[in-house]
Amino acid sequence: MITLNEFTAKLELEFDDMEFGPLLPTTHYRTIKGWSSMHALIVIAFLDANFDILLTGADLKQTQTIGDLYNLMLQKK
Amino acid sequence: MKAFIKSISYYLPKQVFTNDDFFITFPKSIANKENLAKIGVNKRHIASNNELASDLAVKSALKLFDEQQINPNDIDFLLFCAQEFDYFTPTTACVIQNRLKLPKHCGALDFNLGCSGFVYGLAIAKGLIESVGIKNVLLLTTSTITRKLHPKDENLRYLFGDAACATLISTDNSNSCMHQFSFGTDGGGAEKIIVNDGGTRNPINKESYHEIVNEYGNITSKAFVDMKGVSVFSFSIKTVPKLIYDLLQKNNKQINEIDLFIFHQANLFIIDTIRKKMDLPEEKVFNFMEEVGNTISSSIPIVLYEAIKCGKAKKGDTILLAGFGVGLSWGATIITL
Repeated sequence: MITLNEFTAKLELEFDDMEFGPLLPTTHYRTIKGWSSMHALIVIAFLDANFDILLTGADLKQTQTIGDLYNLMLQKK
Repeated sequence: MKAFIKSISYYLPKQVFTNDDFFITFPKSIANKENLAKIGVNKRHIASNNELASDLAVKSALKLFDEQQINPNDIDFLLFCAQEFDYFTPTTACVIQNRLKLPKHCGALDFNLGCSGFVYGLAIAKGLIESVGIKNVLLLTTSTITRKLHPKDENLRYLFGDAACATLISTDNSNSCMHQFSFGTDGGGAEKIIVNDGGTRNPINKESYHEIVNEYGNITSKAFVDMKGVSVFSFSIKTVPKLIYDLLQKNNKQINEIDLFIFHQANLFIIDTIRKKMDLPEEKVFNFMEEVGNTISSSIPIVLYEAIKCGKAKKGDTILLAGFGVGLSWGATIITL
């Protein structure tokens, strides 16, 4: 099973347009400068493509950090 | 005698809203330019204030008659798909029948559907032809959605455009036809794409124009289109693959027998995600939204028209058409061109 750090590193690769320093498990992703609804779509597509998990908008609203996304992925798997 | 798509024409309003115009209107969006590029739109056409959906539809029909040398007297059924109608009553299709000088023995019907509208229209046309004996169905699909976008709604003003498409569905002895259809509806998701106020359920009131700001800072109000983009995305990538697999099974076809996939042009990122999820070869998915945006029920026929024009779709090809969106509603069919 992918570790939290591996998950974070893999997700970071999806955000090639953002300059925010290293993505950390504790990063509150919504506060990243330039965070938009398109980035939310990228997160959903990432989880679907890599883990076969489809989040809804409501699921995403319950998460704050990258770690929360990881835990949600584990929960839904 | 089988029903088939005989010809298509489309009309675009003259006013254009380019990406340059967009970034002048919303200068702070320049910071998000790379992400917006993933949506796949460079410009969109905007209906003028006195250009109604029926006006666009009439223009597209006249263009079809002219380009394809079609005699209006040969049309024996008219279908008008829109979200904007001339009057509470009568049916706008009746008014269009008169404007196009279609014969008085012609049937005429409105239906209100968005992104799945073209596929539903094809299904109705197929039924009319193959079960009722109608010979020539004129299907008019329109978008005047830009009129219902909040002036400050950056996301939707980037995405949507206006257009009208006229499609002639007819019958003859050729091998061209429409095969089986698959449909779906989830009214529980109605609020995911909605103009909340201004209909009978919620008349316009003083709160209708209060700004609603979502968690991403995008602005709309109840009198304008409110689209919950993240939910719609999840719906699309969950529903469309299932729709296609169901359709293939109904038609007893394998996925590799499809020569071309034409999806409703929701946005390029959604289509790319679906394509990757289903492992569809890039060359088998044709898009045309850079120049026109998301034109709702006109998006599929516009893409089909352009695919034929550039040779991507040829006579005899097996083409899958899939529409999905507002309702929530979805539908797909396979055609032999």
